Amino acid sequence: MTRLLLTRIMVVLTLTFGTVYVGWRWLFSVNWHNWWIAVPLVLAETYALIDAYLFGLTVWRLRLRGEPDPAPAGATVDVLITTYNEPVEMVMATARAAQKISHPHQTWVLDDGARPEMQRAAEVAGVGYITRSDDWIDRPRHAKAGNLNNALFVTEGEFLLILDADQVPDPQILDRTLGYFDDPKVALVQTPQWFSNVTDCDPLGSQAPLFYGPIQQGKDGWNAAFFCGSNAVIRREALMQLGIVGYVKEVETGVRQAMRAAQRILRRTARTAGRYGAPTVRAVESVSAALNVAHKRLSDGDDLSSLTWDFHRAVDVASRSVVQEDLAAIEADLKALTDLPVEMDGELGGVIVDEVALDELSRREFSPLGALESVKALVGAVDVDRGHEAQPLLPLATISVTEDMATCMRLHAAGWSSVYHHETLARGLAPEDLGTMLTQRLRWAQGTIQVMVRENPLVQRGLSLGQRLMYFATMWSYLSGFAAVVFMLAPVLYLVAGVLPVQAFGMEFLQRFLPYIIANQLLFAVVGYGVKTWRGQQYSFALFPVWIRACWTATANVLWGRPLGFAVTPKTRQGGDSFPWRLVLPQLIATVVLVVACVIGVVRLWTGSASSIVGTGVNVAWVAYDLLVMSVIFKAALYRPAPSSPATSSS
Amino acid sequence: MDIHKDHRDGVAVIGCDGRLNMVSAPSLRAALKSTIAEGGTRVVIDLADTSFIDSSGLGALVGGLKDARQAGGDLRIAGPSQQVLTVLQLTNLNRVLRPYATVKEATDGWSHA
Repeated sequence: MTRLLLTRIMVVLTLTFGTVYVGWRWLFSVNWHNWWIAVPLVLAETYALIDAYLFGLTVWRLRLRGEPDPAPAGATVDVLITTYNEPVEMVMATARAAQKISHPHQTWVLDDGARPEMQRAAEVAGVGYITRSDDWIDRPRHAKAGNLNNALFVTEGEFLLILDADQVPDPQILDRTLGYFDDPKVALVQTPQWFSNVTDCDPLGSQAPLFYGPIQQGKDGWNAAFFCGSNAVIRREALMQLGIVGYVKEVETGVRQAMRAAQRILRRTARTAGRYGAPTVRAVESVSAALNVAHKRLSDGDDLSSLTWDFHRAVDVASRSVVQEDLAAIEADLKALTDLPVEMDGELGGVIVDEVALDELSRREFSPLGALESVKALVGAVDVDRGHEAQPLLPLATISVTEDMATCMRLHAAGWSSVYHHETLARGLAPEDLGTMLTQRLRWAQGTIQVMVRENPLVQRGLSLGQRLMYFATMWSYLSGFAAVVFMLAPVLYLVAGVLPVQAFGMEFLQRFLPYIIANQLLFAVVGYGVKTWRGQQYSFALFPVWIRACWTATANVLWGRPLGFAVTPKTRQGGDSFPWRLVLPQLIATVVLVVACVIGVVRLWTGSASSIVGTGVNVAWVAYDLLVMSVIFKAALYRPAPSSPATSSS
Repeated sequence: MDIHKDHRDGVAVIGCDGRLNMVSAPSLRAALKSTIAEGGTRVVIDLADTSFIDSSGLGALVGGLKDARQAGGDLRIAGPSQQVLTVLQLTNLNRVLRPYATVKEATDGWSHA
């Protein structure tokens, strides 16, 4: 375990040097005179240091799991392949590979697009085919989470292997993962996502070797290995338990809200009820009384099913008393009619209003209380059927467009364990053009921020401290866009206008900064030994416009219900061959500004309007680093995949 | 609910559009009372555009029948929807208030008598 030891040494060094540096920055070197850039800069540096702490914490417990136990012989498995609009041939390539998985299982195609040609292909190949039931019509569909939730109720295996449409599984995938479920607490086994259509230099940064490696292994050490939506096996019972817990929580909140609204509505209705006569007034009074009883029982902690049931019975009684009065009046009228000395149409004696008629007329569909539309609506709302959703149970979380992370966090909070099995057991297709890749990254970032705002991991009950920090670490990393802007702006301001955000860029600065940055890079080298981590580092900086947009749109979505502008990631190439100027405009502007700033900085030094050689040198080097990192986006924009790539001719 | 009155050949036709329920029944009652008081004792209630009826609505119909008969006239109902028919059958009131298919069918009986 020399590597783990070395990793820990580098973590300690990085964090020590980093803390010394950022501490010195806050206490002694902020140039308060230029606070408007000095404070953002020191905040951005603090952000980066916290990121380093979270990264250090993650890799501190790197867990290598070795050989898995053999799969339990009797385990029943459903292989679920999710699709929406991917080419039928691509889905079928995955489905045929899934049929060849050696452990006994049933393969299903979950077609959210309900395409007849997809159904035919599935039937010909002999795999199951599932589309949404009618319950989903006019109700929230919840994208992929909804697609899976729908399938959970028509399949029955103990375990579920979830595959995206393009993720072609290895026949061994179940043999290598099911063994972990011998531990009854394990709910999830995630394997890496690896892409077969990516060249060695990977200009779009599709492979995520740092994530599907040290980061997942580190999270695994804290029992926080993430579910990533595909190439994972899940224990059905765990998901179902989540569905039930979520249902109970939702129903309780729903009933509480409905009761509060109901009390308001009834108060308003009571004021106008007099207009419609005494029966209406009495009906409103009875429903109000029933509601008060139900509300009190809710506060006393009574169970929801019996208190809503009793409430509905009380409403029925109120309804019945109105019907009873009406029928009594009718009988009196009829009696008066028989006393009249006139000929009659029929046999009045036959009109006996019996119990059956009374019951029928009091039922919800005929009830006179239905006349009060608002009352009718609220009576329906005070119930436990979760009628606004297609299914009362939604096992996969629907609070985010990245259902995987939200679901996983709830599993962990419920006390389940997860496993990261570091072995490539499925090979997928990565986006092959910049536009598609950017859409995908935006969606991941938006989903993560949604979860952070809706269910902040730092305050989720049931999670251990380590788990909270592991989830928070991923969310924190998506805030880097703001820091990136500051890290570009500060040197530009210095080079162009001599604005100093720090007291001085002299040796004082360098002797604290250099050890930190060198230790940090060495830490990456040790952690990512043997894999390419540079692409990932580049993209976490170069995609700053995507991260900022994600933070903004996801927050606006959660707080004010604005749409995300969400799109399914296309699995086939989009767009033509021209250079995608529009997609890289922010980076292009940043590049021009940085280059111009360097030229101006050098000229200023030359002409003597700037005096510090070290200051200019540090800032030019800083800009050069920014440019080197950002250059990846232009390489990506220029990238054109080979025409015979697997995305267009998958077999 | 919208209640509208119309006189055709000495017959008052009262149309009830919408839901004839606890809230709207009092207005139908009032309309019937005033019609009969004004001497329009042969009344047809046109239910063609009545989408729903409850026990209060039934009460208004029967109350109208009683008032009309006591004033020496009659009240008939025409064009009920399936829901209205269901409720009438449920209470056996269809034996008293025979549902006619159209206003014309309802008034035909009177002119022949």
